[in-house]
Amino acid sequence: MMLHVVLCCARPISTSLALTRPLAHFRPYMDPDHSRPVECAIRTKLTNTFKPDHLEVHNESHMHAVPPGSESHFRVLVVSSQFQGLPLIQRHRMINEALKEELSNCVHALAIQAKTPEQWDSNPTLAKSPPCMGGSKGDHTMEEKLKAGRE
Amino acid sequence: LPNIMNSLIRTAARCLRSGATVCQPRLADGRLWPTSARLLCATADLQGGLGEMVKKDKVVVFMKGTPAQPMCGFSNAVVQILRMHGVDDYAAYNVLDNQDLRQGVKAFSNWPTIPQVYFNGEFVGGCDILLQMHQNGDLVEELKKLGIRSALLDAEKESK
Repeated sequence: MMLHVVLCCARPISTSLALTRPLAHFRPYMDPDHSRPVECAIRTKLTNTFKPDHLEVHNESHMHAVPPGSESHFRVLVVSSQFQGLPLIQRHRMINEALKEELSNCVHALAIQAKTPEQWDSNPTLAKSPPCMGGSKGDHTMEEKLKAGRE
Repeated sequence: LPNIMNSLIRTAARCLRSGATVCQPRLADGRLWPTSARLLCATADLQGGLGEMVKKDKVVVFMKGTPAQPMCGFSNAVVQILRMHGVDDYAAYNVLDNQDLRQGVKAFSNWPTIPQVYFNGEFVGGCDILLQMHQNGDLVEELKKLGIRSALLDAEKESK
């Protein structure tokens, strides 16, 4: 998992196809650049902005009323000393700001946990998202958002 | 305090079994969304209208669906948390009803997602923040500042 994260984040966005191919067979996961571009972008931006001690990016789209393979609903956990002394709302706004491009395109929901290293050490648990209540079904604006993600 | 996510999962399962019913969008106390609010939303004065809307009531929630029938797990979490604290009298605006409101409130709050919670005209945050405030005791304190006594305080007293 860590190798996957390092490879994903260390590579610049403009990496050519040729460079990624030789490494593909070492990874048990799908090649992120081609099938999970949004997740990769989120990981890269959060890493660059917060230099986190710990980072988790979870695509929770499969838990919602959207087509398989969507990248519309995410949960992120960012552990960074940059959050020291900052109220929750400010931490969340910083994360929203870092991901504003994704949020204005295809990311429809973003669950956030923003902790300092001390807070994480005293309670190292990822929160659970509540069950979907079908809100995205029949929501025509989701179509546009999902299309934007694929372009 | 009971694990709120597990209780939400049980509640959602019950709702799905009983089947969805169509309902008129209403404020939390049963009133229909006031005509004045509809007009405010429909005009170019939306931002000014939102400024009024968030101050008119002590607790204001912009959500998907209604408190009686939330249409999103995160919106439902906000409703359930407020209910646990005995907060039933609040203004709830259904963004699924009105795309102008949905986009307008995101611009107004400078916050990209729904649900959105306001206390005394001040933006508090979304579901994650409200949940953490509930878990760490801050919500009881914030409600106290609004002149609202959390039901959980009474629940604690009874158990002693």
